[in-house]
Amino acid sequence: MDAVLDFLFGPLKEIWAYPTFFVEVVVGGLLTGVMYSLVALGFVLIFKASGVFNFAQGAMVLSAALSFVGFNELGAPLWLALVLALALMIGLAFVIERVVLRPLVNQAPIILFMATIGVTFFIDGFFQMLWGEDVKRLDVGIPKDPIEISGVLVNTFDIVAAVVAGTLVATLAFFFQSTRIGRALRAVADDHQAAQSVGIPLQTIWVIVWSVAGIVALVAGIMWGSKLGVQFSLALVALKALPVLILGGFTSIPGAIIGGLIIGVGEKVAEVFWAEKIGGGIEDWFAYILALFFLMFRPQGLFGERIIERV
Amino acid sequence: MQHAAPRTIGETLLKVEDVSLGFGGVKALSGVSFDVRRGEIRAIIGPNGAGKSSMLNCINGFYQPSDGRITYKGKARGAMRPYEAARDGIARTFQNIALFRGMSTLDNIMTGRMLKMNRGFLWQCLHWGPAQKEEIEHREAVERVIDFLEIQAIRKVPVGRLPYGLQKRVELGRALAAEPELLLLDEPMAGMNLEEKEDMCRFILDVNEQFGTTIALIEHDMGVVMDISDRVVVLEYGRKIADGVPDEVKADPKVIDAYLGTGHG
Amino acid sequence: MIYREAGQYKTSYAADQAIFPILQDRIGLAILLLVAFVGAPLVASDYILSTILIPFLVFSVAALGLNILTGYCGQLSLGTGGFMACGAYAAYKFATAFPELNIVFVFLLSGGVTAMVGVVFGVPSLRIKGFYLAVATLAAQFFLIWLFTKVPWFVNYSPSGVISAPPRSVFGFYVTGIEATSHAKYIFCLSFVALLALVAKNLVRGRVGRAWMAIRDMDIAAEIIGIRPLHTKLLAFAVSSFYCGVAGALWAFIYTSSVEALAFDINRSFQILFMIIIGGLGSILGSFLGAAFIVLLPILLNAGPTAMGAPLSTSTIAHLELMTFGALIVFFLIVEPHGLARLWQIGKEKLRLWPFPH
Repeated sequence: MDAVLDFLFGPLKEIWAYPTFFVEVVVGGLLTGVMYSLVALGFVLIFKASGVFNFAQGAMVLSAALSFVGFNELGAPLWLALVLALALMIGLAFVIERVVLRPLVNQAPIILFMATIGVTFFIDGFFQMLWGEDVKRLDVGIPKDPIEISGVLVNTFDIVAAVVAGTLVATLAFFFQSTRIGRALRAVADDHQAAQSVGIPLQTIWVIVWSVAGIVALVAGIMWGSKLGVQFSLALVALKALPVLILGGFTSIPGAIIGGLIIGVGEKVAEVFWAEKIGGGIEDWFAYILALFFLMFRPQGLFGERIIERV
Repeated sequence: MQHAAPRTIGETLLKVEDVSLGFGGVKALSGVSFDVRRGEIRAIIGPNGAGKSSMLNCINGFYQPSDGRITYKGKARGAMRPYEAARDGIARTFQNIALFRGMSTLDNIMTGRMLKMNRGFLWQCLHWGPAQKEEIEHREAVERVIDFLEIQAIRKVPVGRLPYGLQKRVELGRALAAEPELLLLDEPMAGMNLEEKEDMCRFILDVNEQFGTTIALIEHDMGVVMDISDRVVVLEYGRKIADGVPDEVKADPKVIDAYLGTGHG
Repeated sequence: MIYREAGQYKTSYAADQAIFPILQDRIGLAILLLVAFVGAPLVASDYILSTILIPFLVFSVAALGLNILTGYCGQLSLGTGGFMACGAYAAYKFATAFPELNIVFVFLLSGGVTAMVGVVFGVPSLRIKGFYLAVATLAAQFFLIWLFTKVPWFVNYSPSGVISAPPRSVFGFYVTGIEATSHAKYIFCLSFVALLALVAKNLVRGRVGRAWMAIRDMDIAAEIIGIRPLHTKLLAFAVSSFYCGVAGALWAFIYTSSVEALAFDINRSFQILFMIIIGGLGSILGSFLGAAFIVLLPILLNAGPTAMGAPLSTSTIAHLELMTFGALIVFFLIVEPHGLARLWQIGKEKLRLWPFPH
């Protein structure tokens, strides 16, 4: 019993004793959380507009980053590599819409979900075959030096990442609220049939939204890639975005952001203060268990819409 | 199926008192009261959005009324789940067919016997001895339902492939297989052609007469409702506006207003 | 032999409800069992038994398990690998803690333990559905693998973290450990699989199976006719996990003889999922067809280009494999969601009507 109590509450004493260190851990968690949000954002965009839970978002992050580095290594300057990678992601959106989504329209959501698992494997295989599977270094010139802000050590890179993510979210919010296309996307999200009846072709909408998700994946891929190197494990980062989604709700952009931050902080704090006593490496599953606990109380997520069942 | 019983209208089986139901700001039902007597055919009618389906959903526990009381078989009910209502002898059909599309007609109707089958899990694993005997007994009961509804030919067809009218019939079969005391029918004739409607009417009357099953139904076709039901309750915007035998209700000025007002019969 | 059911009148409901109501199917099954139990061990080499047939049998059990949960009860799970690991480690603990215990009971017990773990991770299915639940099952996958990697008790404090199957015999024949011949292993595995398949078939064609399918097809309507959703789903989780657990134990003890937790990582879960999608969701036969397909495909991908004189590098083959699997999943979901099992059935229908086209 004592051991259990000590395990649960011992670290709290530690936190109390070294508050600055705790703040550093929390800030580190927040900044990682921003990166999770960035990946989760791609999921939310597609889910909102097409009701598809796109498991392939992680594979898209990997393939975008691989292509960006790949074009760069072939001699294209960074800006050109960016443009080419963007074009590739948009092309991918076209192909997916034509080959996968269109034939499966009106199928049960779970069938579409499984189809995106198939897409994941295809993309993973295809892009690794195209660009090779070695770890590639990606340096877009973001400094990685730690700096001190009022006594707390922070990595410059993380701050840049947070700013990029913030900018992206603001841009997307503007896009959805204030442009004609954005409003159309929201109409589709609310009601597919109604949207069609006012003359918006569903296919176009889907291509656009998958392209936007591809762009988000590219940004996420570049940020994660500069941090970890571009390699297959980038696709696994996406698995981390899944608990973020169940926490934040599949349909909410703010949910994705806040869910990402909660997961980022929770995971870091648990890992630093609690994990070593039980063997470490709990980052693999902690987010999921945390999300599961939330789910038991709020099945629709923090910001998801409440579902009223009808018969 | 139950034994044939002479058709008599008996004591109150179900009593709904002052029931209200709200979703967020929307009131689906406000202060509705009526009763259903054992053995009768009771119709609930009203324009679209009057709260008829919500009423059925309250009766079989799918929604919990926010206010008021439902008494069934003399006992006031607290919050209950739909499967508890089923165990108490309430079965129903749905406005939009709710069959199990991946299963055959036979299996769909067999699910109606679910509550009466109780052989343990291990017997189920063996599918032998008592479990097999039980399976056959219930198959016989289901075959009687199939004969009654004249759907022998589609026994093994997956219900997803059946035409609409037949699907409605299979759904009725699934409800009948449970041998309910109270049968709730949500628009049993919606979307049917004249011939199918006549068949369905005949089945409803036969069920009521031969098995003495109490029936509460929602229906839009006024002709049908007035022909087959003993008493009619009329809802509009979640409130009761009339209640009585068909002739009274037909003559009620409020009912005429409600129907002329929406231009829908 | 012509495939016909004309003239075979069923005179009782018992006959109508038999697993194989058509005579030719019963003959076919008898031949299949004869080939599997007698023919294959006589003809097949050690290599074929241990690299194709035994893994096929083990995968079939896991696919049966996932098919019960996903194909019949409609609850998508991505935690299959975790449950297999659970079975493997439970079997190891039972076998080493009780050396006298017959290996058959060891496997059944480890299935039972996995069933309980499955129920725990199935509890969220009360509140959540669809991909929310799929994500929740990933929690089981990652947590269980972490647990078996990090807690040394599970590997009896072996420093390598690898578990090795101790030698055990059935009826005087070694079926696990180094002395076991691949023939003995194969027959042992096959008997297990045949029994488990029969039990699965019995479950899905009776009351339990109908309750699962009702929940799958329309959970709200199922509840309204008196099926208790949580009960039914948890039973599916338990039975499914039992099968996955036994599959894991067979994997560790019979197929590979020694194993580490990473053999059951998330890719294993996807592999089993692919088997049931390609083989056929909601079909016992489909579980076997899917397992066979996924075991054979990499071998063909390997052998094909080599035979054509253009051998590919291993990494290219690995990538090709990913692409093929991905493309096939999408293809089957679009063209034939009921998979190979449905194609088989269509073939039989055609044969029944042959030579008349309609």
